[in-house]
Amino acid sequence: MTEERLIISRKTNNKFFLMIAIGVVLLIAGIIIAAMSGGHHAEGHGEAAAAGHEAAHWSKRLYMNLWLNNVYFTGIALVGVFFVAVQYVAYAGWSVLIKRIPEAMGYYLPIGGAVMLVTFLLGGHDIFHWTHDYLYNQFLEDGVTPNPQYDPIIAGKAPYLNFWFFLIRMIAYFVLWILFFNWLRRNSIGEDLHGGTNYYHKSIRISAMFLVVFGVTSSTSAWDWVLSIDTHWFSTMFGWYVFASWWVSGLSVIALTVIILKQNGYLKLVNANHIHDLGKFVFAFSIFWTYIWFSQFMLIWYANIPEESIYFIERLGGNGGHFKWIFFTNLLINFAFPFLVLMTRDAKRQMIMLKIVTIAILIGHWLDFYLMMMPGTMRTDAGIGFIEIGTTLIFLGIFLITFTKGLTKASLVPVNHPFLEESVHHHV
Amino acid sequence: MTKKFVLGIYDDEDVLLQAIENVRAAGTNIYEVFSPYPIHGIDDVLGIKRSRLPIVAFFCGLFGTSFALWMQIWMLGFDWPMIIGGKPHIALPAFIPVTFELTVLCAAFGMVITFFIVTKLKPSFKVNVFDKRSTDDKFVMAIEVKEGVTDMPALNDLLRSNGAIEVNEKEVIK
Repeated sequence: MTEERLIISRKTNNKFFLMIAIGVVLLIAGIIIAAMSGGHHAEGHGEAAAAGHEAAHWSKRLYMNLWLNNVYFTGIALVGVFFVAVQYVAYAGWSVLIKRIPEAMGYYLPIGGAVMLVTFLLGGHDIFHWTHDYLYNQFLEDGVTPNPQYDPIIAGKAPYLNFWFFLIRMIAYFVLWILFFNWLRRNSIGEDLHGGTNYYHKSIRISAMFLVVFGVTSSTSAWDWVLSIDTHWFSTMFGWYVFASWWVSGLSVIALTVIILKQNGYLKLVNANHIHDLGKFVFAFSIFWTYIWFSQFMLIWYANIPEESIYFIERLGGNGGHFKWIFFTNLLINFAFPFLVLMTRDAKRQMIMLKIVTIAILIGHWLDFYLMMMPGTMRTDAGIGFIEIGTTLIFLGIFLITFTKGLTKASLVPVNHPFLEESVHHHV
Repeated sequence: MTKKFVLGIYDDEDVLLQAIENVRAAGTNIYEVFSPYPIHGIDDVLGIKRSRLPIVAFFCGLFGTSFALWMQIWMLGFDWPMIIGGKPHIALPAFIPVTFELTVLCAAFGMVITFFIVTKLKPSFKVNVFDKRSTDDKFVMAIEVKEGVTDMPALNDLLRSNGAIEVNEKEVIK
């Protein structure tokens, strides 16, 4: 099998930089607009402004957007590594031809880690209610007067949700993920250069270890980064829910990249059968996400326990119905649309259909994360404007630059993979 | 009534696939090919059209969905309204699990029953075994012989020249 090198032209790279530049311009415009209208807002509600509620409003919105996009793109990058690991452990042959694509997605992880750390250290108080020290003191400084801001529920979670443990966990996740990503990647490249089955067997062992790490950290990182925004609320399904959202977004990125590369004349050996399998993945896990979504929703809706149902009230009728349209759009884009469009065999094998659906899913799951994070922090001040679009474009540009750079670093066809021949003759 | 078949016996998958193509190209109609295991790509070379069973599945599923929703809405909303757990009579989220299950059930049963009807599969169905070795290590290509039309020596040559290790004749009671 011959090597196939991806060449990202200067023109394409400039497009990515232009994307970032447009994002920055939009972001700055959005911040200026928000800061000006925020000032106006404060005049109208003098008391609230005096109490510090409206101060630095735009910065909170900025931090939330950084957090939202970084969690979203980090998840996609992580799913790339997870996908490769699953394929190894399952002794899968079909995916060998497209394996380099999920593999390269992991290159975003170090950036994701850095942005996550900086955003948390700078904007932790804006993102997480539980980071405020006053919640934990039962008494005021004199030791006698009860602290009116004391929150026994959050204080009860202090052994897990405290600044240092949170920080240590965050660093540990990224260290582990990047370590395993590099390890798998090194073996994969080594196999290209030297051949032999040693690399393959070693990759299976690394993947098996990574799956154990991923199983724990994907859940706990979801609790840390997303669930703890709504500090009082909890859901035992939440780890799965975030994983499902990440996983289907990641699969969409893989499918979309394969299609775009193929339409640009790369991945010549990939045929309709590989596309079909990717389509099945996207179709199946859209339904899986819906299943998890509904399982979480229905139990809470049926039991109707106030401390649980508040989560959905905030997203439906609460907050003045601010998030209602996103709530239903979320279900429409992420379930109804892929379910109906990708149902037939032909749709999964046609690149154009799959392209439309995967783009819709990527937008849909961005909205899904938006819906998980914004009601608990921005409340009715949340919106989708210049700041949101700008930040997303910046992150998308950075993700694409690192991702495509990763793709160019090695042959798109893993030339010495023992199952390459099987993948070339894949037939469903 | 008996029918006469010519059986080409093959022992290699790739040779078989090539033979099927050549035999069909020569204008011979292949009645059936028997194989110990599913062969990738054999549907295409045999020119078998894609099954229409998925369409049946879709409509059976659609029937299941609407039946389940109608049943629950009518029963709990109109025929015998009851308040359960303080929810409205027609509490849609509570109906979804039943709707889902009936969709799957109707689609699955609908497909199986349709399959039985279309293939005429029933307990009294008699299976004609053309060559027992097709359940072990040989591939069997069956071609129906039409009296007075089929040129037997030519067919024999055609099969042998395309890699058949044996060519047999068999009469089957239809």
